[in-house]
Formats: sequence, structure tokens, C-alpha cells
Amino acid sequence: MQHHILSAIYIIASVLFIVGLKMMGNPKSARKGNLISAAGMTAAIAGTIFLHEGEISSIIYILIFLAILIGTVIGWLTAKRVQMTKIPELVSMFNGMGGACAALISLIEFHHLFPLHPAEGIYTEVSSVSTGTLVCIISGLVIGSVSFAGSIIAFLKLNGTLEKPVRLPRYNYINLVILAFVVGVSIQLFFTGHVAVIYTLLTLALLYGVLLVLPIGGADMPVVISLLNSFTGVAAAFGGFLYDNHVMLTGGILVGSAGTLLTIVMCKAMNRPIMQVIFGAFGTHASASAATAKGNVKDISVADTAALMNYSRKVTIIPGYGLAVAQAQHAIHELQTILEDHGVEVKYAIHPVAGRMPGHMNVLLAEANVDYDKLSEMDDINPEFPNTDVVFVVGANDVVNPAAKTDPSSPIYGMPILEAENARNIIINKRSMNAGYAGIDNLLFYNPKTSMLFGDAKSVITKLVTELKQM
Amino acid sequence: MIYFVILSIFVGIEVIGGVPTVLHTPLMSGANAIHGVVIVGAIFVMLNTSPDDYISLTLGFFAVLLGTLNVVGGFVVTDRMLEMFKKK
Repeated sequence: MQHHILSAIYIIASVLFIVGLKMMGNPKSARKGNLISAAGMTAAIAGTIFLHEGEISSIIYILIFLAILIGTVIGWLTAKRVQMTKIPELVSMFNGMGGACAALISLIEFHHLFPLHPAEGIYTEVSSVSTGTLVCIISGLVIGSVSFAGSIIAFLKLNGTLEKPVRLPRYNYINLVILAFVVGVSIQLFFTGHVAVIYTLLTLALLYGVLLVLPIGGADMPVVISLLNSFTGVAAAFGGFLYDNHVMLTGGILVGSAGTLLTIVMCKAMNRPIMQVIFGAFGTHASASAATAKGNVKDISVADTAALMNYSRKVTIIPGYGLAVAQAQHAIHELQTILEDHGVEVKYAIHPVAGRMPGHMNVLLAEANVDYDKLSEMDDINPEFPNTDVVFVVGANDVVNPAAKTDPSSPIYGMPILEAENARNIIINKRSMNAGYAGIDNLLFYNPKTSMLFGDAKSVITKLVTELKQM
Repeated sequence: MIYFVILSIFVGIEVIGGVPTVLHTPLMSGANAIHGVVIVGAIFVMLNTSPDDYISLTLGFFAVLLGTLNVVGGFVVTDRMLEMFKKK
């Protein structure tokens, strides 16, 4: 009886996941959608614990509740306290935890099938274990471990701990060799259920995850996070196969396919083939072409910028990650308000990959209470630039780099950009002339219409606001 | 089972298709929380472990803990992001 109730709960939970995810596709219902998915998850977890049939010793219940309690407290506090600029790191970290969970399940199942200290005379024969079970265990272990190790490396990279893309010579070949070993050792498990073999497989898979993400850098990171996200989904789905558990299966596959689609959408927004993201990196062979085109750079003072903006009809702000790092979201909102008070039309132009993830910039501006309707997407705003008096680029580099359109040798060639160069005046706020996230020089800085406003985004914008107040 | 998988794949694609860029980050984070459903497997495996199998119990304890982190952290941070979108 309990078994049937649990099945019903799993079906309800699966439906809640689907409904919740669907509602998250619309800004109005998104928050409710997230809560609906969470309700589905709570039901699935509670059902699994309380509707389990058979005698369970209390120590196991204590361990489960203790683990859930600790996980809840840590997860809740981290999620509540994290700065909005650190969201990509956090998503990556939580993803890694899910991957690790999937890998651990496989390890335990393996120990159950092949006990370390088998009772006298009852050694488990590999041939007595079904091929399907073994395939699920191996897949869950390998995919989960790759996802875990990769996510941790991604976390460290976004975090700034691992700053430079590390590239071993011929790393693609090294990775292929490791992958071949992973396959080889997996096959060996079909012949011997030895513990050493599964731990070798675990080590190899972890190593593969590390080496897969290590050389990837710059603007490609969000694609990797999304990809690893769908990996963990697939790992969870293999758990679903293993236990014939429908809620794990739907949840996992749902995230697996949705994640894959998100990855593809992101790659399209940057015009980067997925293969190139994984097997090639930004900023390694770019310097040669950009160096030739340098020209003069013109400075502008805060006072002149304020005057220029004040007597403009239309100002468009292009925010980038630099704005977020400087915690200048609130200052930019103040700038927008005061300009509007002075009769200037202000808009924000948002590139699909502004920030560290697609849509990340929208989250950051939303944090500063910037009105939703003020944000224009790339395709809507691009035709408006010729009628824009001032474009104010704050901490953005690659998304306004004309090389994407003009320089076929540039690594970002073909990526759709915000066509800031068409505006009448371009003011770029940066701390220095250093190259942006993708590590490539920006021709826009040398445009005769461009003026550079050097300084930390927050202090510069605050000064601009003060100047404007006196006008 | 295969029927189930193929259906889920299509539902996943259908659900995500045509979502505005604005919501990509919360969506990724929300999807991230959903794959935390792997914790159901972790709990299940704990319930089927004998109380004197210390290695499995230790591994299982960490599996449940990490799975909970994934689930709770994922949903809470997504909610925080979406809460900000609501303010007008």
C-alpha cells in the first residue's frame, strides 16, 4: 500500500517540477514556479523517508536527519548571504555537490554488490550482477565525478583563485588518453568486482573533470557551468534507472535536456561552437591582430562627462561585469534617476552574455531596483544607437568590441555585439587600459568619437551624480 | 522506461524553449536545484544499508548532506534572485 502512495507522490513531484520549470520561463510567475518545484522536491524527499517499507534501525534515520539538517543550515545560510555578483560561483558550487552526491551513490551501490569483507564462501560473482545495474553504477560514478571536479575548478576560476587558463601542451590528446583509460577501466569492471578497480575509475574520472575545465577561461565559463549542470542532471537520471525511480528520472532528464538547450542558446549568443568552447580557449592567439590597430586614446574629465550627459537628449548605459564588481549598481540607478529628472531619456542596453552568465546583469540591476522596462535587449537597442547622443559603457569590454564584426582573425569574430560605435559620443569608464574578460584588445577605445573616463566605476559614477546635482 | 526518457527530454526542451534572456540565470539556478533530486537516491541507499556497514553509512551520510546543499541552496538562491525581479 505504502509503495503505491509513494509512487503517486513521485508522479505528483514530477508534475510539480515540470509546472514549476515552465512557470520560471515568465518573469511574472517565475518566483511561484520556483516555489512549486521546491514543494515537489520536499514531497519527494519526505515520501522517500517516511513511506519506506521494512524495518530500519534508528541509527540510520538519525544519520539521514542529521545530514539533512547540516546540509539545510549550510545551504540556506550560503544562499542567503552570497553577493549577487557571486551567483555564477555559487551555482557552480551547488552543481558540484549534486554531482558528488550522484557519484557517492554509485560507490555505495558498488560496495553493496561487492562487499569488502564477504562472508565465507559467498563472494559475489560479477556475472550474477545485471549488466544494466553495472552500466548505471558506472555512468553515475563517471558523470557525477566529472561534474563534481569540473564544477569545483569552475568555482575556483570564477572566484579568481585560479586566474589564468592553464594549458598543458597537447592537452586535448592528454584528455583523450584519460578518457580512453576511463572507458578501459569501466569495461574491466564487467569482469572483476574488485574495489581497487572502482576507485581507480573514480580517480580517473575526477582527473578528467579537472583537466576538462582547467584550460577553459574567459567568457566561455558560463557555457561550461551550464554544460556541467546538464551533466549532473544526467547523472541523477542514471540513479533513476538504477532504482527504477521515476522522480529521479524525470528530474534528472528534465535538467539534462533543459541544460543542454540552455548551453546551445548561450553558445549561439556568443557565436561560439560548443566544440570550440571545450577544445579551444579565448585569448591565446589574439594579440597578434589587435596590436596593429592601436591609435590614440582620448581622456575625458568627470565634469565634462556630466555636462555632455546633461545636455543630451538620449543616453544609453551599457553595463558590464566591471560595474557589478565595483558594486556600482545603486550608483548607476541614481545617475539614471537624476538624468531623467533633467529631461534626458535613459536606457540600459543589455548584451545577452553581460555579467558572468546570460541574464546575470538583469539580476544585478534588479538588485538595485532598476525598472524592468528600462532594460533593452540587444536586438531592440542596436538600431537606436545612431540616434543616441551618449553611450556610457561601464565596465564592459567584449560586448562592445567592433572586432567581432570587422576582424576575422579575432577570437570573438562573429559574436553579436552592442553597436555602441554608431552613437554620437562614446564614453567608456574603465579602471585602466587592460584588456577585458576575453583577454583581447578593444578597437572601440581608439575610435575618434570615444573618450575614456578612467577610474573605479562606483566613485566615478558617484562623482558624476554630484556634478549633475549642481547643474 | 525508454518512453519515459524520451518524453522527459521533449518536455525539458519544450519548457525551456523561448525563455527570455532575462531569466536565464535564475532558470539555470532553478534547474540546478531540481537535479538535486538525486538526494532521493542517496536517502534510498541509506535506508537499504545495514547498520554495521560503516563505509557505506559514511559515504551515504555525505551523499545526503551534499544533496541537501544542492537542493536547499539552489532553491533559496533562485528565490532570492526572483524576489528582486518582482520589486517594481
